[in-house]
Amino acid sequence: MASIVQFENVGLRYGHGPETLSDLSFTLREGTFHFLLGASGAGKTSLLRLLYLAQRPSRGVIRLFGEDMVLSPRERLPGFRRRIGVVFQDFRLVPHLSARDNIALPLRVAGMPEEELAGPVAEMLAWVGLTDRADARPPTLSGGEQQRVAIARAVITRPEILVADEPTGNVDPIMAERLLKLFASLNRLGTTVVMATHDHHLLHRVPDALVMELDGGRLLDPRAAA
Amino acid sequence: MIGRAAVQPLLDDRQGRRAMVWIMAIMIFLTTLSAALGLSTQGAGRALDRQLAARLTVQVIEGDAARRDAVTAALLGRLRASADVARANEVDRARLAELLEPWLGEAGLDADLPMPAMIDVDLRSGDDATVARVEALAKAAGNGIRVDRHATWLAPVRAFVAALGWTALGLVLVMASATGAVVLLVARAGLDTHRGTIDILHMLGSTDLQIARLFQRRIGQDTLTGGLIGALAGALLVALLGQRMASLDSQLADGVSLQPLDWLVIALLPVAFTLLAMFAARVAVLRRLARVL
Repeated sequence: MASIVQFENVGLRYGHGPETLSDLSFTLREGTFHFLLGASGAGKTSLLRLLYLAQRPSRGVIRLFGEDMVLSPRERLPGFRRRIGVVFQDFRLVPHLSARDNIALPLRVAGMPEEELAGPVAEMLAWVGLTDRADARPPTLSGGEQQRVAIARAVITRPEILVADEPTGNVDPIMAERLLKLFASLNRLGTTVVMATHDHHLLHRVPDALVMELDGGRLLDPRAAA
Repeated sequence: MIGRAAVQPLLDDRQGRRAMVWIMAIMIFLTTLSAALGLSTQGAGRALDRQLAARLTVQVIEGDAARRDAVTAALLGRLRASADVARANEVDRARLAELLEPWLGEAGLDADLPMPAMIDVDLRSGDDATVARVEALAKAAGNGIRVDRHATWLAPVRAFVAALGWTALGLVLVMASATGAVVLLVARAGLDTHRGTIDILHMLGSTDLQIARLFQRRIGQDTLTGGLIGALAGALLVALLGQRMASLDSQLADGVSLQPLDWLVIALLPVAFTLLAMFAARVAVLRRLARVL
């Protein structure tokens, strides 16, 4: 399998503060499933931000899809971002849009004609069990429902990489298991999944999943990622 | 490209939009009045030019009434024969006496009073060469001939009209600059208000241009709506003032009117301001977005 993500001696510093991430070197292969573990403040969210191109590293090299993201001009980043699905811990849904329109947003950004949106969006709504809540706006949805909308939005374009920050943190165990199965099925279709979690019980639910653990901004066992 | 259907809810701030529409309506209302003032004074200036540049008054200054009348008759004949002259008429002496009555009283009608004869001359063209030729022709008729160009003695009026026109043009430019500045502020405020949505759009792979288009389209719609309201109100006021001015029955006010082309310029103001606002919004948004990854 070819590598889809490659970090070489990556460090990240916010402003003039100390390094949040230090000397990260690892490779993720296409179609693999990774759990990202670490205590609060270990740098999980910072690492995910680098992965979904919200941040450039302070040092080192990051290659995604075989391209150097540090040297890549800013204008090319939207094209790469469209190949990455992101599930945020705080959902980040557009509050004025219905669940349906939030899920449709990545397709609209990608330029899909309006008349072609209905099918895929309805399929995603059914997939996350929110067909009857399609017209509800995020403030009227429960935390778990919002999380499912965020997940549906992240995967509707069938991204090559899926980055998820505590995606099961706000849902009940049954829904958590269902969502994990969702991610696993996406992974079987070829999507590389990186999922940050505190829940060690989930690790055994995905066969062949690899584990990366961060501690103080450093990867404990870099070989585990490969 | 993000479809129109998604635009409204994405940048949903109805209160802010209402304010923007009314700000634009007021600005374009004032711009319409300034433009109407500028265009109408320009028209008045052109009318004055037409009326004055090709007009002369020839005075025959001669103490002996018989000799004055003879010179005047000969001069009238020569002027009427000239290809440069469209019309030449002696001013009626009774009319002259009437004009002088406030200063001379009844004495103005006294045949013994050595009053000059006056000839009104309309030229075919107001250019300097024609005026010079006719002036030379008139002066060749005798020593006591004086030629007055109407343009010379009405020059201060013409200068005042021109100054009014330039002031109005200046006002239009100031209003256009102010509109641009308002749009920049609105676009920046909009970026701050919608920062969360913009972050999400960026993360989903939106380009700066896609996001700029959302703002550009919204600000364009608001400016056009406000512009149409402002321009319509301004045009109604200008038409009303035009009617009042027409009823003044003043020769000077005759030229102060808007021609069909002027009305077209006023009608295009909302469109021009909409394009200006869209451009300003695009520049503001693109500049701001260029600072983030």
